[in-house]
Amino acid sequence: MLRDIGVARIEDLFASIPESLRLREPLPLPRALSEQELLSDLSARARENRQPDGSAQFLGGGAYRHHCPALVDHLIGRSEFYSSYTPYQPEISQGTLQAIFEYQTLICQLTDLDISNASMYDGASALAEAILMAERTRHAGRVVVSDRVHPEYVQVCRTYLANLDVEVTGFGARPDGTADPEAARRSLRQGAAGALVIQQPNFFGCLEDVEALAAVAREAKTHLIVAVTEPVSLGLLKGPGAQGADIVVGEGHSFGVPLSYGGPYLGFMAARRDFLRNMPGRIVGETQDVDGRRGYVLTLSTREQHIRREKATSNICTNEGLCALIASIFLAVVGRRGLRDLAAHNHTRAAYARALLGATRGCGLPFSAPIFNEFTLRLPVPAEQAVRALADRGVIPGIPLSRYVPGMERDLLVCVTETNPRAEIDRLAEEIGRLA
Amino acid sequence: MEPRSLRHPERLLFEVSGPGRRGFALPPLDVPQPERFELDGRYTRADIEGFPELSEVEVVRHYTRLSRLNYAIDLGLYPLGSCSMKYNPKINEKVARLPGFADAHPQLPESAAQGCLRLMHDLERALCAICGMDRFTLQPAAGAQGELTAIMMVRAYHRERGNPRQVVLIPDSAHGTNPASAHIAGYRVEQMASNERGCVDLAALRRRMSEDVALLMLTNPNTLGVFENEIQEIAKAVHAKGALLYMDGANLNAFVGVARPGDMGVDLHHINLHKTFSTPHGGGGPGAGPVGVRRPLEPFLPVPTVEKEGAAYLLKHDRPKSIGKVRSFFGNFGMFVRAYAYISALGPDGLRRMSETAVLNANYIRRRLEDLYHLPYSEPSLHEVVFSDRHLEETGVHTLDLAKRLMDYGFHPPTIYFPLIVKGALMIEPTESESREELDAFIDAMRRISDEARRDPALVRTAPHTTPVRRLDEVGAARHPVLRWGPSRDER
Repeated sequence: MLRDIGVARIEDLFASIPESLRLREPLPLPRALSEQELLSDLSARARENRQPDGSAQFLGGGAYRHHCPALVDHLIGRSEFYSSYTPYQPEISQGTLQAIFEYQTLICQLTDLDISNASMYDGASALAEAILMAERTRHAGRVVVSDRVHPEYVQVCRTYLANLDVEVTGFGARPDGTADPEAARRSLRQGAAGALVIQQPNFFGCLEDVEALAAVAREAKTHLIVAVTEPVSLGLLKGPGAQGADIVVGEGHSFGVPLSYGGPYLGFMAARRDFLRNMPGRIVGETQDVDGRRGYVLTLSTREQHIRREKATSNICTNEGLCALIASIFLAVVGRRGLRDLAAHNHTRAAYARALLGATRGCGLPFSAPIFNEFTLRLPVPAEQAVRALADRGVIPGIPLSRYVPGMERDLLVCVTETNPRAEIDRLAEEIGRLA
Repeated sequence: MEPRSLRHPERLLFEVSGPGRRGFALPPLDVPQPERFELDGRYTRADIEGFPELSEVEVVRHYTRLSRLNYAIDLGLYPLGSCSMKYNPKINEKVARLPGFADAHPQLPESAAQGCLRLMHDLERALCAICGMDRFTLQPAAGAQGELTAIMMVRAYHRERGNPRQVVLIPDSAHGTNPASAHIAGYRVEQMASNERGCVDLAALRRRMSEDVALLMLTNPNTLGVFENEIQEIAKAVHAKGALLYMDGANLNAFVGVARPGDMGVDLHHINLHKTFSTPHGGGGPGAGPVGVRRPLEPFLPVPTVEKEGAAYLLKHDRPKSIGKVRSFFGNFGMFVRAYAYISALGPDGLRRMSETAVLNANYIRRRLEDLYHLPYSEPSLHEVVFSDRHLEETGVHTLDLAKRLMDYGFHPPTIYFPLIVKGALMIEPTESESREELDAFIDAMRRISDEARRDPALVRTAPHTTPVRRLDEVGAARHPVLRWGPSRDER
């Protein structure tokens, strides 16, 4: 091939790189590993994660452990899906395009909204993009955000908004743990806002009165954005769109995407139809080919960076396509009845655990609002200390809230899903009972 | 019912659905059922209107059939320029699914996640060695988010020096994500015209540089596949006015083990683990866009960083000058495992051979096609080559037609109509994964199409002829958007 090209040595192909920049030594990296050595090295690293069995972990807080049907990993292992690119050439990408069209439909059905994009990076950045979208239609320079929203989501929004002259104003909660519609109203009366932002269920596990908050947003002529970090809840709870939300964003990883230490996950975004030309990200639409056959294409791309450059609705290019496919396959096999049953199971188990733990010696429940599958538990000792003590006994009881909220030293965020059997919940109560 | 063939279109999930079918069962509920369900109709929904109901085998067949409508790197050459569609080694998929990694919850105490943290630490060290940078953040989820993260750090850097400045300079050959990212970071974008070689015009840059410029974003090699060989002088001109030099690392695949951004005067840059480091593209993601920085930018890295203290690895959140976070948790960890496995499997020699072979393959295609296809810039190519459709002007066949006709020959088309500075561009990046036989088959197809364009232009203009669907009405799709299935048109 070198002869065909007309050069003597492979180095000659790099002649355009100035001599002084060319490396003389090999990169300072360990020697190449054979497949066998590689598997052994990475298996050893994976084993260094000394975590108890998933059934004895009660962790939520933005990532949730659910059983994933075996067929999901099998199907996404087809390399026609995972080794293809963004479907720029629709004639040979109908598999990906139709799957995204179906994904968009599923997200619209779950959220009770009109339109969905093809995915975002994760729930937190999807919320930041939703705020930017709402601001594009309002230009208020301010958004009002409930202090019950996941602190990492708020932190990501603040980072995204830091250089755009959009102020983030917080508002507080009622004693039962839910966002206070009166506080929201007061904040919105102080000046225009691009959006009112809440989370359902909220970060502390409580269920918000979305309809009351939607009424407050409507009254102030602003958009209501609802963030969802645990989308399995949508199997049981009303779609926020039906309760008055204008935009619903969230984290979709619960639908079959592995926990994988925090990513890759799946940001989703749905909105009312009025936002069509303001949506960030890819969108797939239905059309016909020259022979009248139904087909799917990337559409409305004049919103996007490769056409509009600095005037685009977002800088997003690569999204989380394969994770959206995972979610679609998960939802297809779990199905209409299955998702409801799964959500009800989660809720019933968590309600059992909450009643049991709340009545455990030295413990209490700081918030009285209804929950889905997560709740805040007040311990007799600092939560960090409890987590350390119980981890030694093979149980991870939850997330110490002091990690996020100063002053909540004794509060633990406990999550219960279908992967925590009663025996483990009872053992958790026993272990916590010993803390007092 | 229409008879079914292997090319038959697959009905939508919602059309395959049938009432009462199930593919999923839960274990029996082992906690006592409450007498009264805590949640009432104020919170709960009765049903999810239109949601699918399928058996397991129906779901499997639906998605297996859909998969067969896709082209993929495992089927053959996928020469999308700037996208580095290379083979994704299967061992990487296996190690990313090891239960210790795949089941690790991001809220685990650090003491229970040492394996994950050590892998992130070691990947960061390896990327620093490859790129000649001092630190990396692994947090950004994709290249564009990496760009945004980097520009935010640049802003924080300038702000600390008293003035965030106003302008980001971007060459007209850049990816669209560059200006879009600069805009979100609050900067005014100024486009710089390329010179006659398709590179940054150094004299014009020197004239333009002033203390209102915060950053120059440079893709290197640029989107023509050409190395910016004046990069050291460019860096000097930028630094002389106190500005910083950013390198868009989408094309890093061209010179791994041959040269390093850190030696070129680059202050910070992103890389795409889903390009150079072979993590699969997944039909549009997930990717990962780590950002490498020189020491002066380290204080501004997103939180948390992974640090090693003694024998332990920990997450450091307390970084007062940090820009904050661009996504939840730590980034696309599953991609880190795959990229780390790829780097380990190749080692220093293999990584260099990767870039050498990628450049060899691109130059081979260039040599074998330059007699038939117009080469708008004659500068030496590295990992990709850009042609245009100019030689076919009189046939009425355009780049789009060439691309569609390639599908009939069993190939995915190259990137088309990009970079914008080339009219009718065809941007071809073969990567290192291809054998000479596969390249020859592609070259042969391109040569035949050039011939067809002259002999039978209508054949090319109406291509593709053999794909599951033929040319689709994209204008109609945008004019009358149908973006979801609905039981009736009214619901759409």
